[in-house]
Amino acid sequence: MPTLVEARAHPAFREASKGREAPLLSVQDLHLHFVTSRGVVRAVEGISYEVHPGEMVAIVGESGCGKSVSALSIMRLLPKLTARIVSGKIMFNGRNLLDLSDSEMRSVRGKDISMIFQEPMTSLNPVLKIGFQLTEALYMHQQISKTAARERALELLKMVGIPDPERRLDQYPHQFSGGMRQRVMIAIGLACNPKLIIADEPTTALDVTIQAQILKLMKDLSRDLGIAMIVITHNLGIVARYADRVNVMYAAKMVEQADAESIFSTPRHPYTIGLLRSVPRLDRPREGKLATIEGLPPNLLSPPSGCRFADRCKAAIDTCRASDPQLRPMDEGQLVRCFRAEEIAERGPEAFGLAPPHGEARSAKTIDRSKPLLKLDRLETFFDVSSGFSLFGSEKSIVKAVNDVSLDIYQGETLGLVGESGCGKTTVGRTILQLEKATGGTIRYREKDLAQLSSDEMKKVRRDIQVIFQDPFSSLNPRMTIGQIIAEPMLVYKLQPNRKAARERVSDLLTTVGLYPYMADRYPHELSGGQRQRVGIARALALEPSFIVCDEPVSALDVSIQAQVINLLEELQERLGLTYLFIAHDLAVVRHISDRVAVMYLGRMMELADRDELYDNPLHPYTKALLDAVPVPDARLERERDHRILGGEVPSPLRPPQGCVFSTRCPLASKECRQEVPPLREIRPNHYAACIKL
Amino acid sequence: MLAYTIRRILLMVPTLLGVAILVFLMLRLMPGDIVETMLREGGGNVPAHVIEQERVRLGLDKPIHIQFISWFGGILQGDFGASMWTGKPVLHEIGSRLELSLQIALMATFLAVLIALPLGTLAAIFKNTIVDHVIRVISIAGLAIPSFWLGMVIILLLLTFYGWIPPLTFTSFFEDPWRNLSQLIWPAMAVGYRYSAVATRMARSSILEVMQEDYIRTARAKGVYERLVVARHGMRNALLPVITVIGLEFAFLIGGLVVTEQVFNLNGIGRLFVQATTRGDYTMIQGLVLLVAVTFIMVNFLIDMLYAALDPRIRYK
Repeated sequence: MPTLVEARAHPAFREASKGREAPLLSVQDLHLHFVTSRGVVRAVEGISYEVHPGEMVAIVGESGCGKSVSALSIMRLLPKLTARIVSGKIMFNGRNLLDLSDSEMRSVRGKDISMIFQEPMTSLNPVLKIGFQLTEALYMHQQISKTAARERALELLKMVGIPDPERRLDQYPHQFSGGMRQRVMIAIGLACNPKLIIADEPTTALDVTIQAQILKLMKDLSRDLGIAMIVITHNLGIVARYADRVNVMYAAKMVEQADAESIFSTPRHPYTIGLLRSVPRLDRPREGKLATIEGLPPNLLSPPSGCRFADRCKAAIDTCRASDPQLRPMDEGQLVRCFRAEEIAERGPEAFGLAPPHGEARSAKTIDRSKPLLKLDRLETFFDVSSGFSLFGSEKSIVKAVNDVSLDIYQGETLGLVGESGCGKTTVGRTILQLEKATGGTIRYREKDLAQLSSDEMKKVRRDIQVIFQDPFSSLNPRMTIGQIIAEPMLVYKLQPNRKAARERVSDLLTTVGLYPYMADRYPHELSGGQRQRVGIARALALEPSFIVCDEPVSALDVSIQAQVINLLEELQERLGLTYLFIAHDLAVVRHISDRVAVMYLGRMMELADRDELYDNPLHPYTKALLDAVPVPDARLERERDHRILGGEVPSPLRPPQGCVFSTRCPLASKECRQEVPPLREIRPNHYAACIKL
Repeated sequence: MLAYTIRRILLMVPTLLGVAILVFLMLRLMPGDIVETMLREGGGNVPAHVIEQERVRLGLDKPIHIQFISWFGGILQGDFGASMWTGKPVLHEIGSRLELSLQIALMATFLAVLIALPLGTLAAIFKNTIVDHVIRVISIAGLAIPSFWLGMVIILLLLTFYGWIPPLTFTSFFEDPWRNLSQLIWPAMAVGYRYSAVATRMARSSILEVMQEDYIRTARAKGVYERLVVARHGMRNALLPVITVIGLEFAFLIGGLVVTEQVFNLNGIGRLFVQATTRGDYTMIQGLVLLVAVTFIMVNFLIDMLYAALDPRIRYK
């Protein structure tokens, strides 16, 4: 088995790096430990990679794999008390960053290497002006006059595309939107012309159209200014669109390294293959079930001695559990940490069950569209947000969260409801659940107007309509056991004669959602995110509902876990005849799971059609823009695709634009669009869109 | 900002009115009134008609709402009434003692801030090191030791080593600043120690919390000097809760130094409070409670203004 050093001497590897300049950054055999009260967590074990000038390198992996901490260790920003860099080198510009004194390191940070963080909402200091935060790095690293610093700040804001920079300099972070804040973060990162920028999940907190803007900006800046970038992400689409080289991490180790094209066309490590196959594809009609990576990553307090991935790997053999594979070069020039990489290359991942065979489409559902189960008719949910005490009797501020939405949902189908944050999709769900009061229009469930029901009848309807929430961490009461959580609704409705019967039912439900009956005595914090989401599903099923509102049920989960939950939801639908309203912002997930899809923007419905019809022939300019913005995990395809990126941001819901709410960002908009709200029209059979230009 | 200030000022009006009504009613719920205390104290046998006469003289025979209106009407004209015990105007009685109490409160606050901010910051920066442990001992001792006891210890030490005893009379700062300070620094220290302990603990935990924020990491990633990271990015955010604690503690000191004033032989608001309450001196208690309420409301107003000054998110709401 060749070691890493030998690997680097391998002709294929040398070939790959031939003709390049010396690397700007080279991380060499880095080992990082966290000393905690429960023991030593080996967060990073022997990772090595290089970044060349002007290159965009991606580090990919799921939460807890060590990708973020390895980046923080380049900046030496890890918590001093617990983090220990045990061995390894981080060579930057010929110096080992780990040997620098604190003050030498300080002069590297922000000057030669900058960092952009995940949360734009909390990464800027709320009490300091943007101008100050921008120029601070300049003052730290250069002798610069006040006027020169301000000039530079203006230039930076222009560079990152912030309109009206002069005025913006004197504003505070809370006056900026999330996307604008991330632009400011990038401007701060660029201030001193760094050679390397590390971006840790830079767009995870942003909407897709904003994400596309920010990534394009980063890519352009990197190319124009020759700045190297390390992008840490879990989103393979982003990697496909922007990265030159890809490093895949799993459980503190590097499992595969290659250029972007090979990672997507010829992934060799079973984990990489699993990751790629478990994300639904926006660009393809659904093919049966999603591939999943069963199980959970190992606990890094006591990782297994063999291959870290063996327990979840369908191709694992005895050797894998007995000894730990090394990162080895393949003929294609990529490095793979797997004993069976050559066999996988030869016989294809399908032969090992790593990917489901192609073409196994799920049998088409037959949905009776004569009578809707749920019918929304011109639904309106408005919120009065004017402040209670007002001196001069200011006008009322009304947020029209849901405005004139009509929708039929039929028994047994899944209706996907998509849109960016603030579009009102969650409010639609909450209004159906009667958690918000509709201010106009009607909701008919099984042909009964919910507003007209007596409280007894309403109680029956509530039982029939259940919900699965987004955040599996905060939607389960931490003081109750899993069993109590699932049994609670049954006891409220007196569905079970006694606690013993309820307990048995809980066991059944746990089995139904793929958990084990013994987990009934556990508390939520003892379960992983995916397991908790399964508990949320079990709780919803406890009342034997017919209709479930799924509010972003998988968006807080890692991709491999996400696929498990999606498959479970589909299986339950088939088995129990459930109807779903599936609210999500991830268009690929929606394409996979939905029968029909509705697109919302600023409280209004933009388009509604059957799934494949909508994705293959989007009509509304907003839907088109959304679909363009989403990167697809396929490097070759992404590079050929023509990216039209939607500019601007979603206007404030307090002051929505006149006429068509999308008119301020629409490439087709003209004067007529701003005069009247376009109605939702049937433009093709069963394909509705609200646009006068069609 | 202006609208915010005006709104805050207007909001004080209903609060004060509420306090006035509450204190007026609650006093009259207490059994026994001042006339009985004054005339029958010590078991003297005063005829019922004399007591009745006295009640009429003080206006206690009228229905409660009439009493309230005449009292509150007076206040609106700046007349807080006369003490039912001494017959002197309430404002005069309070005014002569307020200077002393206010000065002690200010000095104690000054001392407390002077001690708490550096200690709290040091404790946070050197969390779980010897520095933090020593500061923790100092501040927890401050919480545990009552001010009056510390006051007695201070007096004993001064007496033993310098033969100093607390003077019987109060000298105003404007008459003789040196004499005034040498008299009041000791009670201010006794009170300020406990006060600083509360603020130190608050400052420590607040700074610790702020130093975990993402924007602190951003500042470090920019290459800002660690000292500036703490001072510029940390402190300003961390100060907000500390200011609240300091302000509320200050308001408490105006009326709450009952025992410490006793120990240092000071004739302040705290002592006046006790006297008025034991005597059942309605007008005096009403005046004093209103004073304390006004102090709390003013301090809260100042805190809100400081918040707005420090935190732009509040300013622009």
